Amino acid sequence: MKTIEDLKRLREQVQSDTRLRYTTGTKIIIGMGTCGIAAGAREVMSAVLDEIAKRHLQDVTVTQTGCIGMCEKEVLLDVVRPGEDRITYGKVTPELVPQIIAEHVVNGRILEELVVGKFSE
Amino acid sequence: MRELSLQVLDLVRNSIEAGATQVALAITEDFTADRLTIEIRDNGRGMNSEECRRALDPFVTSNQTRKAGVGLGLPLVDMYTRQCGGCLSLESSPGKGTTVKAVYQHSHLDRPPLGSMTETVKAIIIGNPKLDFRYSHTVGQRTFCVTTYELTGILGDIPLTHPDVLIWITDYLSGHFNYLYGGGPGENH
Repeated sequence: MKTIEDLKRLREQVQSDTRLRYTTGTKIIIGMGTCGIAAGAREVMSAVLDEIAKRHLQDVTVTQTGCIGMCEKEVLLDVVRPGEDRITYGKVTPELVPQIIAEHVVNGRILEELVVGKFSE
Repeated sequence: MRELSLQVLDLVRNSIEAGATQVALAITEDFTADRLTIEIRDNGRGMNSEECRRALDPFVTSNQTRKAGVGLGLPLVDMYTRQCGGCLSLESSPGKGTTVKAVYQHSHLDRPPLGSMTETVKAIIIGNPKLDFRYSHTVGQRTFCVTTYELTGILGDIPLTHPDVLIWITDYLSGHFNYLYGGGPGENH
């Protein structure tokens, strides 16, 4: 079983890794109101976290937001790359997550057919 | 939402939207009293007695940002507890925060399974890195407790979404849930 001691060792290991960059990363925001959770937002978030771990993406942060009023399009997932528009994807399933991460988060190609909104920050 | 862990996630979201910076979640599975209790205590803006009453009305929302928002969390949980021989209680005062307590009869045939608390706790901790979150879970004689204060204290400026940290959190939580249910396969596995 993993322990708090393992986390302390992990910190030492990560800190000694000089290739890290934290602050300029991409943000992924998942809608987790009642509507989002009922539509499977927690499973989508798990898929996102799995994909980050699998691809070893060190500059992506994942946060939650509540209901934004497009409940019929849940699960909603936003991708914000630094200096680019905020893109909202609708009807996201865990199966679509690897594709969104590979195309948009990593390579910067927006998956137009899944987009339900675009906001300039 | 036929999984208690999803109801928990929804209730914690309520606390965050009420401006809470501290949330304490406690789940107690008491087999002697045949009770499963979920208690969520926050330091959000709180509600007066009139607002508490309205919070359980499925046709009312306190959402100010849009006209039609889904705020079914509390009325749904209220319904589930009553279907399972339990009840929901709300204790709140303006400026002091809110405590929600949902009690279910543990052995009730209609009680939804707890579901994956590993996924719920992970979603809360990682999705709200600034939240001071405390989680404790008691099953019979065994207890597990984790706080974000402890984790972020160790991690310093390393983010919770660092890939190696994600793997550690998943293993840590699932390992301890296994332990809670006697090390063997519990109802969640």
